Amino acid sequence: MTVRDPDEANGVGGAHATSGGHDPDEGGHFGPYGGRFMPEALISAQDELAEEYDKARNDPEFVAELDRLLRDYAGRPSPLTEAERFGAHAGGARVLLKREDLNHTGSHKINNVLGQALLVKRMGKRRVIAETGAGQHGVATATACALLDLDCVIYMGATDTERQALNVARMRLLGAEVRPVNTGSATLKDAINEALRDWVTNVADTHYLLGTAAGAHPFPLMVRNLHKVIGQEAREQVLRSTGELPDAVLACVGGGSNAIGVFHGFVDDPGVRLIGMEAGGHGLDSGEHGAALTSGTPGTLHGARSYLLQDEDGQIAEAYSISAGLDYPGVGPEHAWLADSGRAEYRAVTDEEAMEAFKLLSRTEGIIPAIESAHALAGALRLGRELGPDAVLLVNLSGRGDKDMDTAAHYFGLVPEAGITGEDQQ
Amino acid sequence: MSLEDVFRTCAAQRRAALIGYLPAGFPTMPESVELLEAMVRGDGDTPGCDIVEVGLPYSDPVMDGPTIQAASGQALRNGFRVRQLFDAVSAVAAAGAAPVVMSYWNPIHRYGPDAFAGDLRAAGGLGLITPDLIPEEAGEWTAASNRHGLDRIFLVAPSSSERRLALTAEAGSGFLYAASVMGVTGARDSVSGSARDLVRRTREHTSLPIGVGLGVRDAEHAAEVGRFADGVIVGSAFITRAEREGATGAGAFAGELARGLRAEPASTAER
Repeated sequence: MTVRDPDEANGVGGAHATSGGHDPDEGGHFGPYGGRFMPEALISAQDELAEEYDKARNDPEFVAELDRLLRDYAGRPSPLTEAERFGAHAGGARVLLKREDLNHTGSHKINNVLGQALLVKRMGKRRVIAETGAGQHGVATATACALLDLDCVIYMGATDTERQALNVARMRLLGAEVRPVNTGSATLKDAINEALRDWVTNVADTHYLLGTAAGAHPFPLMVRNLHKVIGQEAREQVLRSTGELPDAVLACVGGGSNAIGVFHGFVDDPGVRLIGMEAGGHGLDSGEHGAALTSGTPGTLHGARSYLLQDEDGQIAEAYSISAGLDYPGVGPEHAWLADSGRAEYRAVTDEEAMEAFKLLSRTEGIIPAIESAHALAGALRLGRELGPDAVLLVNLSGRGDKDMDTAAHYFGLVPEAGITGEDQQ
Repeated sequence: MSLEDVFRTCAAQRRAALIGYLPAGFPTMPESVELLEAMVRGDGDTPGCDIVEVGLPYSDPVMDGPTIQAASGQALRNGFRVRQLFDAVSAVAAAGAAPVVMSYWNPIHRYGPDAFAGDLRAAGGLGLITPDLIPEEAGEWTAASNRHGLDRIFLVAPSSSERRLALTAEAGSGFLYAASVMGVTGARDSVSGSARDLVRRTREHTSLPIGVGLGVRDAEHAAEVGRFADGVIVGSAFITRAEREGATGAGAFAGELARGLRAEPASTAER
């Protein structure tokens, strides 16, 4: 635990190079989690991807090109903002926000898609498919495909295409084809199923650009490494602005990509608590939530063993959250390992707590967060009150809330009855 | 009876084995038992399936096309529970065919691999086909299946490297399931040339029988595949026929397929 990542000092580029003691074994296992629970037909593609990724992350040219895009296109490094007025509500703790919401496309997702899209070019594939829930990953993927001239197909649950009609328009404007998925519960997990079915059929020329640090090896490793830049920047920024390491790092966890990225900046600092906030939905007792780590059980879903929401027969349960990005019954395997090993803690935040934090940050700091990120903010409010005014809390503000205005407007009654969506007029 | 015996008997009759697939509980539990029995019985002229794959309906069947997805979904909506699987397996055994189960890994992991293997064996099951479990991840299942004397049927695909074909053949028993095309389950208009090629490549690594599945639609396809494979696997087309014509239709279809396999002049050169 005390071994520092040797690449940490290399700035952004160091994030992509081979890292030290936290990589999974050759089969992609983090302890008993991860691995490859996938159809044989896709194993060759996973092997090819793992091999190409390994070469790429050690290739200075690839790393330099990715760094250039992250800087000149995505806008990295993202700033660190101290939220003083917000902190006053968190027991007076110092709350520092890592501003991933200021990246191009409005969330941390761009870090991963730029890396994977460059890899697609490198592998000589032409076609990219991806899943999306709220649309953030879909928009980011469509963006990278527009930039790098790749064909792009986005699978999105039909329930979500209705909830997030503007993001569908955005993806189409960027040149992507959006395919609504009507199977199963018609949400994110079904969009992933459908993308996997496409991939197994078209794997020869197609890359599946998975949007979170889950799935079969090498995705959890690769996506995590592409997001490590968040934690590396943040560690340096927090040290610079406070002269010390934070007491805790908080992030929301759906699949867990922003959390694993920011956690990895601090995983070797034993004094820093790593806390993931899951979607508590209507409360864990209600059965309507997305808290796989807090109240799920181990199983296999979408290619990896991890914690999931399932019934006693092993049928996958439907998740629920007011935030579409956390509305997923599984979680990345490294989080399962961090939870079991005790290095990270996971808690659940209800819709109500998240929406209070959403409003509070808007009113106190003039920053409208994504509802996903508002879960992390709610965690900071709770923890700050536990720890008091001496605490320094780093919150990963993983995305901005523009996409959530419709939800927020209805939740808080900010629009008249015949409001801003078609639904209201029916 | 073992799977090996079944393939040996079929080979002695100079034909491929007919392997039918149906999800347990589709459309309801009692109806699925009737359908499975009819698939084994055939149509009166010709007996039907030699081996039946009883599918375990699952919420997230990523390897399945629309037909099997819909059938599994229907079974689940009608209240199918995993423990009922074993009744369906027993029914197949009682009807005189060799039952195996086809299931995604999570329900078995949840049930407990050892308990699952024990209950499957007790119901007369001979093996398990695992579409999302590759040999590298199958440690727990290998132990459980060995303990209870069940065959491990892994898949090979056109994209499998020579190294993976060898590794999979080594880890499997009973037979190997060759996915004829890159894609999900479902009837197709033609059986791809990649199936023949995959069977040829796989034979270089194993003496296990090879069943070909994915896309076999009718007796003509079955006969074509039966010329180069040891087993012909038909799934979605059974479901479609059963939906239209019930158990009578399923039995009639089994008879048609079986006749297709028997009518062909045996060209052992390819087999």
